Amino acid sequence: MIAVERSPLLSRHRFLWPETLFWLAAVAVYLLFPQYLAIATSVMIMALFAVSYDLAIGFGGILTLGHAVFFGIGAYSAAWIALLGWTEPLTGALASGMIAAAFAGALGPFLLRLTGLPLIMVTLGVSVIVHEAANKAGWLTGGDDGLTGFSMSPLLGWFRWSVFGDTKYFYALAWLLVIFYLVRRVVASPFGVALQGIRENALRMRLVGTSTLRHLVVAYSISAGVAGVAGAVSAQTNTFVGLGVLSLDTTIDGLVIVVLGGIGTLYGSLVGAPVYMLVKHFAQQWNPFYWMFVIGTLLIVVVRFGRGGLLGMADVALKRLLRR
Amino acid sequence: MTSPALQARGLRKAYGALVVTDDVDLSLAGGCRHALIGPNGAGKTTLVGILCGAIRPDAGRIALDGADVTREGPHRRVKRGLVRTFQVSSLFPNFSVVDNLYLAISEHAGATTNLFRPAGRQSLLLERVDALIERMGLQDDAYRQVSTIAYGKQRLLELAIALALEPKVLLLDEPAAGIPSAEAGLVLDAIHSLPADIAILMIEHDMQMVRRFAAEVSVLVNGRMLMTGKPEDVMSSDEVRAVYLGRAGNQRFAGDARAG
Repeated sequence: MIAVERSPLLSRHRFLWPETLFWLAAVAVYLLFPQYLAIATSVMIMALFAVSYDLAIGFGGILTLGHAVFFGIGAYSAAWIALLGWTEPLTGALASGMIAAAFAGALGPFLLRLTGLPLIMVTLGVSVIVHEAANKAGWLTGGDDGLTGFSMSPLLGWFRWSVFGDTKYFYALAWLLVIFYLVRRVVASPFGVALQGIRENALRMRLVGTSTLRHLVVAYSISAGVAGVAGAVSAQTNTFVGLGVLSLDTTIDGLVIVVLGGIGTLYGSLVGAPVYMLVKHFAQQWNPFYWMFVIGTLLIVVVRFGRGGLLGMADVALKRLLRR
Repeated sequence: MTSPALQARGLRKAYGALVVTDDVDLSLAGGCRHALIGPNGAGKTTLVGILCGAIRPDAGRIALDGADVTREGPHRRVKRGLVRTFQVSSLFPNFSVVDNLYLAISEHAGATTNLFRPAGRQSLLLERVDALIERMGLQDDAYRQVSTIAYGKQRLLELAIALALEPKVLLLDEPAAGIPSAEAGLVLDAIHSLPADIAILMIEHDMQMVRRFAAEVSVLVNGRMLMTGKPEDVMSSDEVRAVYLGRAGNQRFAGDARAG
């Protein structure tokens, strides 16, 4: 009989105990550093965005530089849903994610015929166009001023959005937990396995009978939906949406988190997001002008010396320790 | 009368002025063992590419089991039972043997529309993977990354993937090409033990192999079908000797005649 545990590809559904470290650390942050809950909330949101990015780029091999489009669509949708009077946060975020997913589903059949450099360039182009269009469409996006003046109903009708930020924090954490679980199911499913086959050798997948385009479009939509939820949670917890959600910087943040943590692992996003966001935060405090040096150096060191990002480095280190 | 498993009529493909497939007809009956031979550059691999749908012909029609598939893409033809293997192994090099087979089997079983149940718990699919690994004798390499296993074993895996798709028509593009002679026997045995009901078209250079394998042989020269017939008839044809065996063959033939 096949020993599934000997195949990393077929055993992604297995629960890995180090994962609990992340969730425990998330609770510890609440207990030990309540003054940092605002940045911790943004860490959760970026981790969620990175999970969606990893699904597309790490598992589907979809080389996109336009992922902020879906984060932004989710954020603006959530703001508008609240402005129009529907202030229940969970359904609002879900609907925003579905709007982003629908957008990706419409765009995918055209984009995903491309691969490699052309795909990178076209997704970048789409991202720039959407950003500029949002800038011009002031009636919809508020332009440079952004969208404000909305607030959310208490979570589950009970938890008020207090000034201490604890509701916001657990709201973002809960979304991350649920979606991380769901996305892990997707990459562990036969669909997810086929998706990784397409990443490795798309032509061969066609010649075992896979409709690769359809597969990629589905994966792209799911990824966009998750990015949209991340954007929505960002809008709901900040009660503000600015043009920044659609900017290339947002995409780059997500990409750096994925690569830093370890691409094609999902877990990498959980590691990369706190490291990147904290280094960014403290480097900005240290020097508001030269902080990018710190980020750049970190990225170079990790990519140069650790294959598979921080997770890959930890894996190698752990194996060396155990061999002793 | 039942229609042939595969029927191609008037296939034509040109790259600029170079005609690589020139009005080719081909008919494969169910369960046939057909070899396609021809000198280098005769257009054999192009023909396989056209048949499987990777290359679009300029003219001509292709039917599988009587259904016209000329306009269908490769993945649809696979679903209809037309499967090919590659001259140069085309596998998933970073995945293990088990993973490679799983990809083919889960696609064939229509499981890849499942987004929620873990792949590693689909016991029916895993059993089929197991059975194919055993059948092809790949147990020792089952969990090894494909890029690290012996080339002969990679060819076996290629055959195993083709079998996983339960083909009605199988196109084997030089299945024994580039295998060290020590491993060739394994691959030949595997080819001979393929299920009898599959129609097989094999492209091959090795005459010994063709004689052992094929009940019928077609000769392709400069993109044209020169002749089709029984192996002994084709090989004794002067015309085939002239174009296929070339000068060396003719010299040997002449030498034999003089000695005789």
